[in-house]
Amino acid sequence: MIENDGYNLRLYVAGQTPRSVAALANLKKICEQHLAGRYEIEVVDLMKNPALAQRHQIVAIPTLIRQLPEPLKRIIGDLSNLEKVLVGLDIQPT
Amino acid sequence: MKADTKIAAASPQLPAVEKSPTGIAGLDEVTYGGLPKGRPTLLCGFAGCGKTIFGMTFLYNGAVDYDEPGVFIAFEERPEELIKNVGSLNYDIQKLITEKKLAVDHVHIDPNEIAESGDYDLEGLFIRLGFAIDNIGAKRVVIDTIETLFGGLSNELILRSELRRLFEWLKQKGVTAIITGERGESTLTRYGLEEYVADCVILLDNRVHDQLSTRRLRIVKYRGSAHGTNEYPFIIDEQGITVMPITSSGLAHDASIERVSSGIPDLDAMLEGQGYFRGSSILVSGMAGSGKSTVAAHFVDSMCASGRRCIYFAMEESQQQITRNMRSVGLDLQKWADKGLLKFSARRPNLFGLETHLAAMHRDVSDFDPAAVVVDPMSALMNAGVTTDVHSMVLRLVDFLKARGVTALFTNLGMGIADNTSTQMQISSLMDTWLLLSNRESNGEHNRQLYLLKSRGMAHSNQVREFILSAEGIKLRDAYVGPEGVLTGSARLAQEAKDKAASLVRAQDMERRSRELERRRREIAAQIEILQAQLASDTDEEALLSREGVAREDQLTADRVAMGTSRQVAATQNERAATTVGKPKT
Repeated sequence: MIENDGYNLRLYVAGQTPRSVAALANLKKICEQHLAGRYEIEVVDLMKNPALAQRHQIVAIPTLIRQLPEPLKRIIGDLSNLEKVLVGLDIQPT
Repeated sequence: MKADTKIAAASPQLPAVEKSPTGIAGLDEVTYGGLPKGRPTLLCGFAGCGKTIFGMTFLYNGAVDYDEPGVFIAFEERPEELIKNVGSLNYDIQKLITEKKLAVDHVHIDPNEIAESGDYDLEGLFIRLGFAIDNIGAKRVVIDTIETLFGGLSNELILRSELRRLFEWLKQKGVTAIITGERGESTLTRYGLEEYVADCVILLDNRVHDQLSTRRLRIVKYRGSAHGTNEYPFIIDEQGITVMPITSSGLAHDASIERVSSGIPDLDAMLEGQGYFRGSSILVSGMAGSGKSTVAAHFVDSMCASGRRCIYFAMEESQQQITRNMRSVGLDLQKWADKGLLKFSARRPNLFGLETHLAAMHRDVSDFDPAAVVVDPMSALMNAGVTTDVHSMVLRLVDFLKARGVTALFTNLGMGIADNTSTQMQISSLMDTWLLLSNRESNGEHNRQLYLLKSRGMAHSNQVREFILSAEGIKLRDAYVGPEGVLTGSARLAQEAKDKAASLVRAQDMERRSRELERRRREIAAQIEILQAQLASDTDEEALLSREGVAREDQLTADRVAMGTSRQVAATQNERAATTVGKPKT
């Protein structure tokens, strides 16, 4: 079940800005609450790897991309609005 | 940074604003050197007016001609599409990308795919742009319709502050940027980008009039620099963008005193015997069928015959039609075309707008480098635009041709001198020589006439000539001017015959009268002879008489003497007696 249902999330940030830090904290909190044990978070710092911004079509920072499950979903912002994050990631609140 | 010394020299009065040449023909002239260097320029216009092409041309020229690599950020088109689209302009974008002279980044924003939660900024865009710029050392950036962001992201407040930051950031980066924007209803751009980009604003426009579209460009503002303020037409075709300023606002053409033959000896004779001035503009106007094209063809023929090149811009007939028709007056134009001296450029006037015509002519003239051009007929172009447009187009064409020293002959379909339409009046004032052809109807036939309305700078003939199209070409004959007006054609022939008859009668009359006089003279002479004979006989008689008189006198005297002698004695006796009687009284 975990294989099919697993969430692969990638958070794009640009350095350690307060907004990035907040976004990561918010994301971790949400995942722990709703996706405990079936998620994976990868943080990509575009400051360190700027070429990825173009390759992955990043415009806004922070951007969260749901790689898995399909289809691809994007959420931009510091993820402070819980409801929108849940809708955006297509997570049924538990 | 090397290129600016040249630009600064081009506008010495404005050393303050450094400029980055666009390499777009004409635009660098109206901006006096190009776009403000290291600053963003706003390029706005409605959809389809050429913003993207404009931006790409700026980058392409920068990369190829000015050694300034560029970055194209496309919000609307994918790189493949973009490369394909500008491929129609012969821009090999792919090659430039491979050579790292150009980078294209497509920013894709799909609102359906993006959810927003909380605050964000556009740092991702900055990073992409910064990375692309640093990667190839870009000096130029084009951001093609950044306003797409407003459709993709909902937080306008964030967007606006980020845009402001972006333009500041671009300035700090020192790149010359073009930001394109879609034109709004009452504002220059739909989202008011002009608020942020204040250095230079260029407006593009694509107006349709009578189903023909004309692209125009206007520099709305250019901080710290003089610029042309007019609307300049521009064209986009396979050779890129060409903006067309009225090039010689200073009217500083060289005026040649060299002459070129009109190809019609009789017409040359009317033009001081030498023909037109080289580099002058000649207008041949007349009604349909008055022989305008034939006059033009003679000119072309004579130019080609002297080894000079010509372009014939045909607006109504095809090359085949023209060569066939001219053969009927003994001109073989095909021969010159085959030799490469004559180029036909046949285009329907309504094929495209005036500006495109003008640009096409510009290009033909630049490529072929002719000594003379013929536009036949120019009036066809008038249907392709508004009168004022036609006027300005012809003005620019005339300027362009004069600047190159190309002799230009325009034909114009009009109703002759009586037709003082504004178009004809406006255009005729641009012309140096105006030949008027007319068709005169009299006695059931039309006859062609030619007359020189004006020819600047020479003592030209003021005579109306009869214009005859023959198999040997154009002949001009003195029109018959008599008490009944100017007669041409068979009326002239009839009048000439009448004159001949009258003069014959006159001659006969004269002869008769002189015979009469001769007769009378002889009569008088005869009378004089008779009288003189009488006089002579009278004189003889008189002499005879006087001789008779003398003889008679002598006779009488002799008689008397004789008688006296015989009576001598008696007389003496008588005398003596008389003396005695008297003596006693004393």
